[in-house]
Amino acid sequence: MGSVTAEKAANTWGTGTSGAGAARPRPAAPRPRPLARLWALPPVAALGLVFLYPLALVVRQSFQPDTGGTSLTPYTDMFASTAFHQALWTTVWLACAATAGCLVLGFVLALVIAFVPFPGARAVARFVDVFLSFPSFLITLALLFVYGSVGMANGLWTDLTGAAQGPFRFLTTPWGVLLAEITYFTPFVMRPLLAAFSQLDTGQLEVAAGLGARPARIVRQIVLPEARPALAAGGSLVLVMCLNEFGIVLFTGAKGVTTLPMLVYGKAILESDYPGACVVAVVNILISVGLYGLYRVVSRRARA
Amino acid sequence: MLVHSRKGKWTAWAVFFVLFLPLFALPLLVILAASFATSWPGVLPAGATTAHYAAATRGEALQALVTSLVTAVTASLLALIAGTWAALAGAALGRRRRAVLDALFMLPVAVPPVVVGLAVLVAFSQPPFLLNGTRWIVIVAHTVLVTAFAHQSVSAALERLDPACEQVAASLGARPAYVLWRVKLPLLLPSLGAAAGLCFALSMGELSATVMLYPPDWTPLTVLIYAATDRGALFAGSALAVVLMTTTLLVLLAVSRVRTKASYR
Repeated sequence: MGSVTAEKAANTWGTGTSGAGAARPRPAAPRPRPLARLWALPPVAALGLVFLYPLALVVRQSFQPDTGGTSLTPYTDMFASTAFHQALWTTVWLACAATAGCLVLGFVLALVIAFVPFPGARAVARFVDVFLSFPSFLITLALLFVYGSVGMANGLWTDLTGAAQGPFRFLTTPWGVLLAEITYFTPFVMRPLLAAFSQLDTGQLEVAAGLGARPARIVRQIVLPEARPALAAGGSLVLVMCLNEFGIVLFTGAKGVTTLPMLVYGKAILESDYPGACVVAVVNILISVGLYGLYRVVSRRARA
Repeated sequence: MLVHSRKGKWTAWAVFFVLFLPLFALPLLVILAASFATSWPGVLPAGATTAHYAAATRGEALQALVTSLVTAVTASLLALIAGTWAALAGAALGRRRRAVLDALFMLPVAVPPVVVGLAVLVAFSQPPFLLNGTRWIVIVAHTVLVTAFAHQSVSAALERLDPACEQVAASLGARPAYVLWRVKLPLLLPSLGAAAGLCFALSMGELSATVMLYPPDWTPLTVLIYAATDRGALFAGSALAVVLMTTTLLVLLAVSRVRTKASYR
């Protein structure tokens, strides 16, 4: 904590002198003008038209079965189906497992980049940023070449052992989706972690090491407590994104892996069952928006 | 420095690269290699060819690339206007109302893209707004999905802006519109550039909402990549993916150059 927190506090209160623009007096909160409310209207109206109105229609359609009238039938039908139960369960455990994997992997990788730097560590950090701007399904596409039925790993196996087929055939199972999600979303954990680590006073690590603490103890007692807010914020963002992930699952082409977004797509586009699709959509929205609200609370606390 | 012994350092680096290379570097290299190949019989791909690229840069694929570019540029511009407007209007509001506005504009991030696609499809397939079957339904969906990111980065930049510039201009008698145009927006230009790049990249790679509602005559490149891999043409799909990634990176590079120039001014 120490000096970093002190400097942050100094910046907030406008008494700090370090860094550009730190000695800036905090302005009095601008008085709300009556006109300001009018200026906020056009963007809100636009958002209402293209986003809130469509969402309201989805909720309305989820109460209107194809047979006509307004009833809870779409909900009772959907909640009774095993496909829905399976999709819900698959979505939740995949998202939780992927988040746990991303947190562990992201923590280890960010730790090495930040505290055991090697020549080119900066380039690796840049590469991670670039990685974020690619669509998720590219990872599944790549995994098809690495672990697919005809691919690198199986090819290596058949070359070495002379067997007709390789042993790797997990891509069309939930494990393939899990591997792809961990690969794609780990950078989302690494970015806030690297930012948090860059604020950590390395003097503390030197002192702890000088007093004879081993690396494992330094990580546990100094680095981990500092990283906890970044881990919480990154982890909950990844959890929401995993719950909503569609491209990765679509590209595996696995019939056995159905998540909630996949079920929405299947019901609406493949079966033309719009009320059913809307029911799944409402459930998915409730889970994701609830968790996202939690994420906002956690990340605001992390910044404070 | 966490580890001081030479042995410990090498161990940490070895662990790093054993995890990092197969997980992050390998996928991109594999797609690049596959885009030049016709089969993958063993450890390495075989049958070197550039035919996939010849096919990926003309006809249907070229049209899909243009479709993606037009969609991404239009959606980014619309999102930038809406997001910036909301951020500027929000900054002038009271605390409570501002929190509501921020929450409203962040909501599309939490809603699954597939559901955004479904909602836009449901809403714009019935009167009074009939957009289904036109390119605008795709552009609307993309705009909804990326506006949140534009709004977030512009409002973060607004918070960091030095209020003194604005106050000095106002005290010298500049009207609010003049202050906005000559002081605030120029100061915001670097972050507007960053937001534009982010929106563009997201829109170029958007697949989830797009597969729900694209009309046959407005097929973005991501849908074409999915169609190719779905019918088993993995190598042709890889070439399309490389074209998509390269285009995105080139545009991002151009945007960041403009941004650096703007921030030096």
